[in-house]
Amino acid sequence: MSTSTIHDIGYRRYDGPRLGRGYLVRSLYVHNVRAVWGLGRPARAKVMPFLLAAVMVAPAFMDVGAVLLTDRAEVLMRYSAYAIYLQVVVSIFVASQAPVLASRELRFHVVPLYFSRPIAPLPFVLAKFAAMVTALLTMTAVPVVVLYVGGLIAKVPHPLTHLREFLLALVGCALFALVIGALGMAVAVLTPRRGFGVAAVIAVFLLSSAVVLLVQNIAEFRTNFSLAGNAGYFAPFNLVDIVQVRLLGAERTAEAVPDGFISGVLALLLCAALVGGAVAVLYRRFRKAGLS
Amino acid sequence: MPIIAAQGLTMRFPRVTALDRLDVSVEAGVVGLVGANGAGKSTLIKILLGLLPPTEGRASVLGLDIAREGAAIRERVGFMPEYDCLPPDVSATEFVVHMARMCGLPPPAARERAADVLRHVGLYEERYRPIGGYSTGMKQKVKLAQALVHDPQLVFLDEPTNGLDPAGRDEMLALIRRIGSEFGISVLVTSHLLGELERVCDHVVIIDGGKLLRSQAVESFTAVSGVLTVEVQDGRDALGEHLHAQGVAVRPEGRVLVVDIAGERTYDLIRDGVADLGLHLVRLEQRRHHIEDVFTS
Repeated sequence: MSTSTIHDIGYRRYDGPRLGRGYLVRSLYVHNVRAVWGLGRPARAKVMPFLLAAVMVAPAFMDVGAVLLTDRAEVLMRYSAYAIYLQVVVSIFVASQAPVLASRELRFHVVPLYFSRPIAPLPFVLAKFAAMVTALLTMTAVPVVVLYVGGLIAKVPHPLTHLREFLLALVGCALFALVIGALGMAVAVLTPRRGFGVAAVIAVFLLSSAVVLLVQNIAEFRTNFSLAGNAGYFAPFNLVDIVQVRLLGAERTAEAVPDGFISGVLALLLCAALVGGAVAVLYRRFRKAGLS
Repeated sequence: MPIIAAQGLTMRFPRVTALDRLDVSVEAGVVGLVGANGAGKSTLIKILLGLLPPTEGRASVLGLDIAREGAAIRERVGFMPEYDCLPPDVSATEFVVHMARMCGLPPPAARERAADVLRHVGLYEERYRPIGGYSTGMKQKVKLAQALVHDPQLVFLDEPTNGLDPAGRDEMLALIRRIGSEFGISVLVTSHLLGELERVCDHVVIIDGGKLLRSQAVESFTAVSGVLTVEVQDGRDALGEHLHAQGVAVRPEGRVLVVDIAGERTYDLIRDGVADLGLHLVRLEQRRHHIEDVFTS
């Protein structure tokens, strides 16, 4: 019966438009953004990202509620500190979702199907990275927007200062998204087995932050303040905080940051190196997989 | 114009030479690429897709140079790999639509083509379920659908019948035949099962150890031979002796006798021999060659 159905339809040729590279990369980006949030996939794929997003934004709402109820503007959290206070949530998000983008298609050998089409490895990898950065930017920036809008509703004093701090915090959020996304994707692509990937990414973020905090506490106890500051270069959240403090004029959130404008430039260069290195690692790994 | 042309194509890896000065030219149609495992079939496909630069030599696909126009080739061809290459957590529809967009089809066209092509390969309601729960046969159909969804001029099918049961194998072979005849898409299909290729291909290219062994039309492989197969019920040896006594070259082979044809008279002698001995004739046919003979001779 099924065979007769096939014959009735007949094969139709396609002579419509075939769009160019820009369309392919945009489609791939959208596909990856949907994959991070589990859209178009079974319900269980949506649980983790949406739950973590809710956990991430909840403190912002509670804080705004507190400001409105107590009428005390100083209760409003600093915008630039939010991602650092909630770094555990950000770390778990990147640990659970980076493998979705970085190792799922490697594990199931899907990559050669892309490279046998008119899409090259570099745009392929950049679309994945951009999708991860977008997801992390949503995670970090939405609560900051909630805080700012809440502050406006509560009519906090010095609105122009708040606006400036808010906009600079958004720049900070973008930097968090780039650095955390880069490191998370690079670690996930090197650990293709999902369980290991999740554990490895969590370990990189949380262990590095914990070790740096320990070193900073010991150094400060021994009044070695330059060591305390410089330790910040070795944990991703601290690294971005150095840029926020030294280049964007934010207040310090980490235990210690190194002195001087030049330390901010150095931290920014390290961020750029991390992003560049991660893209290179992703490129090499996916290119190899596409040819195997 | 040949759809595939290669001159002196060589691919050396550090420890193995996968292709060794391969010269081949293939016309449109369904073409079989035959070779033992490790003969260089998959390497040849990767080179023809412009993904792997050859160590030496030149090749073109659909008149496009593999070294300079790889992207243009990949727009016009489809590829079905040998191995499992499907994500388990998305539906066949979602996956094939995505793969259509990855060939530049706008979203409405991608959806329409995906629905069409999934029907053509024989996937109906199940196409909305996640691929993880599919049988091997259904997965092979999804792999074929993603290779056809952008209406290519040529598809590379790498071992499409691997892992299929006899019914699934027949269905896949019939589909391949239809792709070539009804859809008007040229096919390069690899297999190490020669009987399969004999059934669906117009032309067969045989490579062995990276070298070209043969490239010719299937018809010329399967031309009739100069021998007859005779099968009788209970009396094979008696008939054999009878024919031998008449000066006919005859030898037993299992249940049948194989008789060299020496003109019309051979047929008469067999007919008379069967009649004289009062035997029941089951089968009398002229033997055809098989592609397999290339390897056994």
